[in-house]
Amino acid sequence: MSVTVAWYMVFAAVLFSMGAAGVLLRRNALVMFMSIELMLNSVNLTFIAAGSELGLIEGQVAALFVMVVAAAEVTVGLAILVAVFRRRSSANVDELSELRG
Amino acid sequence: MTEVILFGLFAAVALAGAVVMLTARNPVYSAMGLLIVMFSMALFYVLLDAHFVAAVQLLVYAGAVMTLFLFVIMMIGVDKREDNAESIPFQRVITFVVAGGLAVVVVLAGYQAWVTGSDAFGTPDLVGTIETVADSLFGTWTIAFLSTVLLLTIAALGTIALALFGPTAVRKTEPEEGA
Repeated sequence: MSVTVAWYMVFAAVLFSMGAAGVLLRRNALVMFMSIELMLNSVNLTFIAAGSELGLIEGQVAALFVMVVAAAEVTVGLAILVAVFRRRSSANVDELSELRG
Repeated sequence: MTEVILFGLFAAVALAGAVVMLTARNPVYSAMGLLIVMFSMALFYVLLDAHFVAAVQLLVYAGAVMTLFLFVIMMIGVDKREDNAESIPFQRVITFVVAGGLAVVVVLAGYQAWVTGSDAFGTPDLVGTIETVADSLFGTWTIAFLSTVLLLTIAALGTIALALFGPTAVRKTEPEEGA
């Protein structure tokens, strides 16, 4: 018995869904960001597993690009979060509901 | 066989870390759970012969991103407990249904589209050393790589702008509109 790529794919799908559940469930914007990081990581795992299966280096290159985008996203996101916190003293997304039409 | 044992062990560890991240009320515990998942991911990358990406995963995620998260957690306070009240009716039930449905749909879609085996262009037993990754990154994908440089620069500038020209602490004393 050996580990096939399908194992990695199913495992990544489970982690992705847990990240999606975190975004839907949690109110703390920090933990929501962590859930998004979890989703990006699980997608990275599928990239690398597929690249390993097909023998293409592009899977790993795509994973590196995803890491760069995730780093940029988390930098800007946390800066926005700190700016919101300085104004509101709260990181709870339920209290940030005043942007209404 | 070693691979199966390592995969099973670290899959269980990563799932436990994800559960801790989702359920912990204290954001520091959530960050630690995410850190466990990141380390497990790096081990999976090593199992898949992506050695360079595994090293980058540890440096960038476990090193830089988690440190940034912990800085922000310390900055905006860890003692605030999260409110458990559901603002949308049945939010928790809907969340579990949506997330479970998403998992089923993703696995089914992957099962429909999945092909196995190396294709005609692939190299069997590919090992992601610095050399092979850099050959592709600086050869085929140079433009994309330069775009990420631009993206990171813009993100850094935006962060500095938010910190410099964002809301000042003085405005916190303003009365809340409509409160």
